[in-house]
Amino acid sequence: MLGFGSRIDPALSARVLAVSMRLAAARLPGVIDVVPAYASVALVLDPDSDLDASTLEASVRELLSTPVGPMILPRARSVLIPVCYGGSHGPDLPAVAGHAGLDPAQVIERHASAEYRVAMIGFKPGFPYLLGLDPALAMPRRATPRASVPAGSVAIGGPQTGIYPAESPGGWQLIGRTGVRLFDPARERPSLLAPGDRVRFRPVAAQELASARVEIVDA
Amino acid sequence: MLEVQSPGFLSTVQDLGRAGLRHLGVAVGGAADRVALRTGNRLVGNADDAAGLEFTLTGACVRLTQARLVAITGAEMEASIEGQALPHWRPIACNAGTEIRFGRALRGARAYLAVGGGIEVPRMLGSRATDLGSGFGGWRGRALASGDRLALGRPRPEQGRALWRLHQRSGAAWRAAPWWVEPGDDLGGEMALLHLLPGADIGLLDPRVLRVLRDGVWTVGADSDRMGLRFNGPDLPRADGLERVSSAVVPGTIQLPPDGRPIVLGVDAQTVGGYPCVGHVIRTDLGRTMQLKPGERVRGVLVTPEAAQSIRRARARDHARMAMAIAARLAET
Repeated sequence: MLGFGSRIDPALSARVLAVSMRLAAARLPGVIDVVPAYASVALVLDPDSDLDASTLEASVRELLSTPVGPMILPRARSVLIPVCYGGSHGPDLPAVAGHAGLDPAQVIERHASAEYRVAMIGFKPGFPYLLGLDPALAMPRRATPRASVPAGSVAIGGPQTGIYPAESPGGWQLIGRTGVRLFDPARERPSLLAPGDRVRFRPVAAQELASARVEIVDA
Repeated sequence: MLEVQSPGFLSTVQDLGRAGLRHLGVAVGGAADRVALRTGNRLVGNADDAAGLEFTLTGACVRLTQARLVAITGAEMEASIEGQALPHWRPIACNAGTEIRFGRALRGARAYLAVGGGIEVPRMLGSRATDLGSGFGGWRGRALASGDRLALGRPRPEQGRALWRLHQRSGAAWRAAPWWVEPGDDLGGEMALLHLLPGADIGLLDPRVLRVLRDGVWTVGADSDRMGLRFNGPDLPRADGLERVSSAVVPGTIQLPPDGRPIVLGVDAQTVGGYPCVGHVIRTDLGRTMQLKPGERVRGVLVTPEAAQSIRRARARDHARMAMAIAARLAET
């Protein structure tokens, strides 16, 4: 595990993602996965490989000896996700608006006008932790998590926003929902989003939710 | 076909799991005790990663509609055909129509049934393992239920030929090979020893944490499952107010939530976590950990990464030797 700090911070995250992509691209022997989080990169080792820790450490140091800046991330894509905000799709929108001292329309406007970056995928397959939420919209998690959050729920948890890929328990504030499938194990690319991707939201009406498609621009 | 007559407590299709997808939030999953499933597969002449059934605490009752070699490994779980107890850790030739009834796990928590040809379910993300948390893979992404009918793969015809000949002459429902493998010491059960490595966050915590973790006797909580085992034991210094952002976790990671009850993450563990990481159970001991039953007590031994590696190497050598011995035996059986 490589640590880069102890904060949730866009600049730190950009550095983590750049390091993680460099390490993944290097396909180090014995390393089966590279998992970026907000402020760390974990190398997952093959449980059956006869890997020497000091050899791995030397390879990692070598790879990271040339500067890894908050550069343009090579594989990042731009993904536009249709969302129906409020009503039964976003039952916590009024609470988020109240907490922010805004009206619901302003919350939607602010949430949908920002550009987000996928800092990491976790919690559930395909669940993106997005950085870039307008600080005014930040709101603590619910005191009691919901036993069931519908698939596609767009939510706010503290300074982050994210999307529940599948129905699951959850404590984040639900402000909208998308009909886009974030994770499908039968797809060639099972997770719609990957760490480093840029994400924007496009407000749509409830009746468009089922038909509205995701738009993806490859970098 | 393998027909499920009654499913037992929690029975799933498992193989060796899906590696390399943690950056997309996908758990590795697969057999909780990999060594047990892999050995079972070797005993019936399958590839190591063929899918078998994992039974938890109380096993299923299944019927084979085709003649197959089977092997029972992992927990010492009651198993019988027509009321006759079956031996574990050896190839057993079963007629078409044989019903195998599993009972309680007497030692260990999870038993495996390997079947010649393997359980034939579609691969999802490269594996046939059931991901219960996300509802995909295995048999329809869920635990087995009465009436499920699972297809079986084609067995390697040369495997156990002599055993079949003997078996066919006897006219019995089943016949076990006259040899077996030793189960190893993963069914440690009561007072099992787990080798621990210190975790990334140990420096942020009260130095007594590691000592208590090492010197304490820890009891497996009833709220343990494939995602993680929760332990009850001595009071640990509180880790309140520790500022920490989520980072990657893996099976074996030991987390310390604010309630002071350590969690050892299991094979179905999520991919990132926010609780402080106080240590890791070494890879080699993961199967042993997953074989613990609620109420059983364990102790921890701190080791260095080098010691963990040499434990792993010794174990890998044993397994390689065993694999060769099984293959040789099976060819002449």
